[in-house]
Formats: sequence, structure tokens, C-alpha cells
Amino acid sequence: MTARLRKTGASLSLLLIAGFTACTSYIEIPIETPIQPKLDVSAFQRIFIAGFIAGANEDVDANMETVRLLRSQLRNKGIMRVIDADTLPLLEIAKQNGAAEAAPPAPDQQAATPPAQPPDQEKTPVINDEKDLEQYQHLFANVAYWKKIGEEYQQPLIVTGAILFAPQQRSGFVQREQESYDPFGRRVVVPVRTYMERKGFVLRPTFVFIDGRTGETLHTETFREEILYNASQQTPALSSYFELMDRLLPAFLNTLSAQKIKGTRTLLK
Amino acid sequence: MTSRHVALALFLALASAPTAWADQRGQAKEQVEFGIQVAQRGLWKEAIYRWERAAQLDPTYAAAFNNLAVAYEHEGQLAKARAAYDKALALEPNNALVRQNYDLFKEINDRAAQKDGR
Repeated sequence: MTARLRKTGASLSLLLIAGFTACTSYIEIPIETPIQPKLDVSAFQRIFIAGFIAGANEDVDANMETVRLLRSQLRNKGIMRVIDADTLPLLEIAKQNGAAEAAPPAPDQQAATPPAQPPDQEKTPVINDEKDLEQYQHLFANVAYWKKIGEEYQQPLIVTGAILFAPQQRSGFVQREQESYDPFGRRVVVPVRTYMERKGFVLRPTFVFIDGRTGETLHTETFREEILYNASQQTPALSSYFELMDRLLPAFLNTLSAQKIKGTRTLLK
Repeated sequence: MTSRHVALALFLALASAPTAWADQRGQAKEQVEFGIQVAQRGLWKEAIYRWERAAQLDPTYAAAFNNLAVAYEHEGQLAKARAAYDKALALEPNNALVRQNYDLFKEINDRAAQKDGR
């Protein structure tokens, strides 16, 4: 009886080993997938990060920070020659262009020339949400203006757009894992739903790529990233801004140049 | 006499069919294993050749199509990779490893296909 049991046990072990060998007939291998750029920029040698219409956060100058970050990233990656020029005050220009469109145009006035500022528009406009940003979007379609900028900087690829970086607060049930020990002293992790007050930031940039030779928009891309922390956690706005920008930078760079995405796949035998 | 010959030929053909199939699978397996060896050394084009050969030898061999898909992915040939993953999954719909590869591939493929922003 014992011999038979032993024999059955041995057979089972052999079966298990055979099964395990069959199951492990695979190999993990690192791969790098090249992703082609979304935009053909072969006609441009230079790139000008012109500036952005930005708002919604007093602690972070999203326009300046985005210009600085994109320029340094493009320089580091060696993607075209980056023009180091002053950032354009796009919010003011958009405001002036908007006023020019509303008023009857002067016969000798070019579309690209900003009109004199009326006294009530000298205040800095408040941009709190996407709706506030919308009224300035017409600037990106102002072909004459961008053509003029292009001529000034030897017809580069111009990158502009709008950045909304706003604080956000949300409360609701959040599922998290709680560690505990059962009566036998074993560690148990159970999902627990708790009501939490959370705050953080939302970053919603729209990048507009403009042909500096014609002033026409070549490509527009909008992203949205958000981050939420426990309400008691104090995270500086600037570090959240960089964390969120970090997430979307590969996609931004992939618009201009091929990217290699690293990953692991399984080869089967 | 003639009918006896026909019957014998039929019997031999039927008897040798499983052997021929096993041979094809054996050869395909060899190609797949050799492909893995060269892929591990970074010779992906050679690996593609081997796995394409394996898929020709045995069109029911899911591993050959899975590996082929991985190699196409590595070479940036995303449309071909998708077709090869589809074939591998059609052959073995419950293979968790192929499914996992495919899910990872889809993430990259969707990103590459994303032309007009999110």
C-alpha cells in the first residue's frame, strides 16, 4: 500500500515537473519599439518655442516654466537648433488682436500689428479655466502674425499654445490596501474603501505647431494630466507642475522626432 | 492487382501523414528556438526570417506568430506586429503570455496612432 502510494507520489511529481517545464518554455526579452514622429519637420532646421497663453496658478508661471523646460529638453535631445529669444507676451498680444478684431479695422493697418491698448484692457486678465482660455485661441490662427514672427527668426518651426495649470480639490471614496494580521499572525492585505478629501493639480496644455514660413498651423495636440494628494499633504505647485510635465514630455517630443519605447515581451518556444 | 496497389498507397499515405506533420512541427520548433537564440543576441532581422519560416512550416504554431509579432514590434513594423498577434491569439485565445504581449503592444500602438491629441 505504502509502495503504491510512493509510486503514485513519484508519478505526480514527475507530472508536475513536466508540466512546469512545459509552462516555463518562454523567455523574457527587452525590446525597444521605435515610434515615428507625428510631424514631418525635415523642412525646418530651427525651432522657436515662442511662449504660451497661461493662467490659473499664481505660484507657477506656466508660460515661462514651459518655455524653459521645452527648450532645454529639445536642446538635450538635439532635436533641431533651438532659438534662444525672449518669450512672446502672447496673452497681451491675443488681447490686443481680439480688440482689433472687434473694432473696425483701419485701412492701412496690418493684421499682425497690435493696436494701441484701450485703458480698460491694461489689467492682467484672469484665466481660471478652459473657458477663459478659449477667448485667446484665435491668436493661433492669425497667419499674418505668425508669418511675421517666422520672418523675424528665419522661418523656424514655431511652437506655441495654451497652458492651464490649475489647483483642484476632490472628495470621495478611495480604495486603498490595508495591512493587518489574522489570529494566526499571518499578514493579510485587504482593500478598504475610505472617504477622503484630496487636492492636487490639473495640467492641460495645448501645443500648437506653426510653420514659420507661412504662418499656418501644422499640428495641434492637447494633453491632460492630473495629480491628487491627501488633503493634509503639502506639495509645492512647482514640483507638481514638473511631475505632470514629465509624464507628457515623451509624447511632446515624439511629435518632432522618433522615440524608442523600452519594454519587455515574452518569446515562446 | 491495381486496386491492391491503390489500397496500399492510400494506407501508406494515411500512415505517414502524422509523421509528416510531426516533422513539420519539429522543423518549425527548431526554427523558433534558433530565432530566440539570435534575438537574444540582438539579431532581430535573422530572428524574423526564422520565425517567418516557422510560421510557414506550421501555420498552427502560435509561438511562431507571437515571436514574430514581438520582432516586428522591435523593428517598428506595427501593422505587421498587430496581424501576427491577431493570428497568435486566434490560434491560442487563452494563452495569457500572448495576451499580455498584445496588451503591452496595444498601448504603444495606440500612442503611435494618436495623431490628433487626446
